[in-house]
Amino acid sequence: MSALQLPLGSFGGAIEFIFSEQTSNVTGGAKVGGLEQAVELALKQLEVTALALAVALVLALPLGLYLGHKGKGELVLVGLANAGRALPELALIALVAALIGIGLVPVTLALAVLGIPPIISNAYVGVRQVDPAAVEAARGMGMGELAIIRKVELPLAISTVMGGIRGATIAILATATIAPLAGVETLGDYIINASIYGDDGRLAGAILVALLALSLEGLLALLQRRLTSDGLKVKTV
Amino acid sequence: MSSSLLLAAAGEVGGDFFKERTSDTLPCQAKPNEPFCFDWARENIDRFGTPTVQHLELVVISVLIGFAIAFAIALFAHRRSWLQPPLLAATGVLYTIPSIAFFFLLLPVTGIGKDTAIIALAAYTLQIIYRNTMLGLANVPASTKDAARGMGYTDRQILWRVELPLAIPEIVAGLRVAIVSTIAIATLAVFIGGGGLGTQIYGGGNLTFPTSVFIALAIVLLMAMVFHVALLVAQRFLTPWRKARVA
Amino acid sequence: MRTHQTRLRVLLAAIAALALTLAVAACGSSDDSTTSGSTEGGAGAIQSNPDNGKVSLTIGSKNFPEQEILGEIYAQALTAAGYKVKSALNLGSETVAQKAVKTGQISGYPEYASTALTSFFGLEPEEVPADATEAWEKANEEFEKEGLEAFEPTPFASANAVGTTTETAKKYDLKTVSDLEGVSEKLSLYGSPECRQRIDCLAGLESLYGLKFKSFTPVDIGLRYTVLEKGQADLSILFTTDPQLSAESDKFVILEDDKEVFPAGNVIFVTTQKVAEEAGPDYEETILQVQEGLDLKVMQELDARVELEKETPKAAAKAYLESAGYIGS
Repeated sequence: MSALQLPLGSFGGAIEFIFSEQTSNVTGGAKVGGLEQAVELALKQLEVTALALAVALVLALPLGLYLGHKGKGELVLVGLANAGRALPELALIALVAALIGIGLVPVTLALAVLGIPPIISNAYVGVRQVDPAAVEAARGMGMGELAIIRKVELPLAISTVMGGIRGATIAILATATIAPLAGVETLGDYIINASIYGDDGRLAGAILVALLALSLEGLLALLQRRLTSDGLKVKTV
Repeated sequence: MSSSLLLAAAGEVGGDFFKERTSDTLPCQAKPNEPFCFDWARENIDRFGTPTVQHLELVVISVLIGFAIAFAIALFAHRRSWLQPPLLAATGVLYTIPSIAFFFLLLPVTGIGKDTAIIALAAYTLQIIYRNTMLGLANVPASTKDAARGMGYTDRQILWRVELPLAIPEIVAGLRVAIVSTIAIATLAVFIGGGGLGTQIYGGGNLTFPTSVFIALAIVLLMAMVFHVALLVAQRFLTPWRKARVA
Repeated sequence: MRTHQTRLRVLLAAIAALALTLAVAACGSSDDSTTSGSTEGGAGAIQSNPDNGKVSLTIGSKNFPEQEILGEIYAQALTAAGYKVKSALNLGSETVAQKAVKTGQISGYPEYASTALTSFFGLEPEEVPADATEAWEKANEEFEKEGLEAFEPTPFASANAVGTTTETAKKYDLKTVSDLEGVSEKLSLYGSPECRQRIDCLAGLESLYGLKFKSFTPVDIGLRYTVLEKGQADLSILFTTDPQLSAESDKFVILEDDKEVFPAGNVIFVTTQKVAEEAGPDYEETILQVQEGLDLKVMQELDARVELEKETPKAAAKAYLESAGYIGS
């Protein structure tokens, strides 16, 4: 019974931290915690995630679709996808902080780098899996190559493409959690600078980051389903 | 509280202890913007030995545990399709929660140290292994299963002698992705006192020392490559009747 | 059909064997345990006392290089004295370290008397005694009320300082912190996260110097010179013992603390009374003995080795202990 009480007590303290401002247990008695601060940090995390995702989309999506359409570059993209998975975000943030600089712009670029591999490889795979007959039919109707990508291949590949965007978003959001190391204060600040916020704050940060990630993932899953036309809705495994 | 001023003679360092340092005589590693210091790297490479072993330990144990659990639940859910969506969702939740947050969610229960890191890392691998196992099993042609049933195989025999062997490429592909991802994420274990190569990236002033970060990064990527290739080879070894699929 | 079943089993067995071997190897390779006891050194050498072998100590430190060096010095010295010592360096800021001592996670750690007085016991900076012994006595008084104890101070002292590049100092004609009046609104300040709340940091600059800055950005202590060098920070919180201040004195300069908001603190080793009793007299004696050689010059040299030359704190501590004759080489 008492072994369970300890974790439950900690969670109670963390919940309290989220909602009410408290006096920091660091000198000076400055106020930390509270809903306002939590929302501010959460918005900052979403902001940098959105910016990085936008950059990654602009760089990766058109290229991935085009390469899929042409059927070129599979080897490189597979290698890129694997390399992307093997890239440790902590090293990326540390190198950016030391060599490029700290602040929103360097961090956004670093995060965008993480988002590119899933987007580009999923776009490629998605387009490759489009029924060639549909593409032939469109070509027969006189559609230009660009139009084929936009009006035929993309809609048919949207489920896979969205899968890549989901993966990219979650990877970016997760790394945004350690962005405070490079001067961008996100929810991860509660965790990384726990000396200011205390153990309650640190647990609160973990809870909030987890909730943020799950909510975002849920929204994107819904979006993926809405965008996939009914005819294509395969029972996903 | 004893007054301890009557000890042996106070230590005085030798005269050659001190070094003259000026801006122009600073070695490579003292300058903040230097991307890579080869001399320092050469002399200090042994610093990376223990962290590398710790890192390997974290990865191998986490993936083995993750595989054992995910494989088991996949087998359990194989013929119970009503279980599959909730299991997929549950493993998905564990995957989506950023690892560093996961560490600190576990902290009140499991404390600091590599055990907490291992639990979180194993949880992260569940979805990919579970999903790939299910995918592999689902891709077995019905006709093959029927043929086996026709030959008198029981459900259990079909699973172990027909379905699983045919599902090996997918399963091993999932295992491969799981290992490579875990090698990267295990760098975060430093935040929860779990050791690993993250200590050479974040701990003790390394955050601003690119040389150390680059070396740690190189080791991580090398490790990932070795496991990636090893598993590709294993995949081919286990399925001689088909070329290994590129995941 | 049987061959790939067997092959599968072979593979699983191989993976299991590999995992087992790695686990055993990793358990065999040590975590951060300090070097083993020493041979005879010079006249000031630490003597190993076999009675101490029954006592286990964990030495902690805060999260910047000078602290880690001190932690290593104490840890290695106590090992030479025959204790079983583990180190838990790089714990975090002063509140984390303090908590670690109180909860028994560590036996003790080196703290600055000034930090203890202002951060733990709420003194205003001007109330911090300038004399090292007075400051220690005052801190010790307070520590004893909480079941803790502080050993006597090191020869060297360190303080926070507002630092900048020589160009910026020249541009705005900055020699003292008060010179920042009227100018600080245009300047960005970078400091550690806990700086915001510390009276010997941003809080003091705002309330006691009456300064307002264009911005304050919290960064890791390790970045305090990088941000100046890169031009991101106009001002940065530095330490008076920083090696960069002498090695790169053409690039960086600190502003004089004319209102004495940043009291200098000698290092006092903080431990619990209980541990001090159980560990016997060698505990305090060894610590006091080994820190006698730590004057400002020596500490700066050690800081330089770790921060500039990127030696490990362990190696720097060992070099100090050997050069000063505390342990044989």
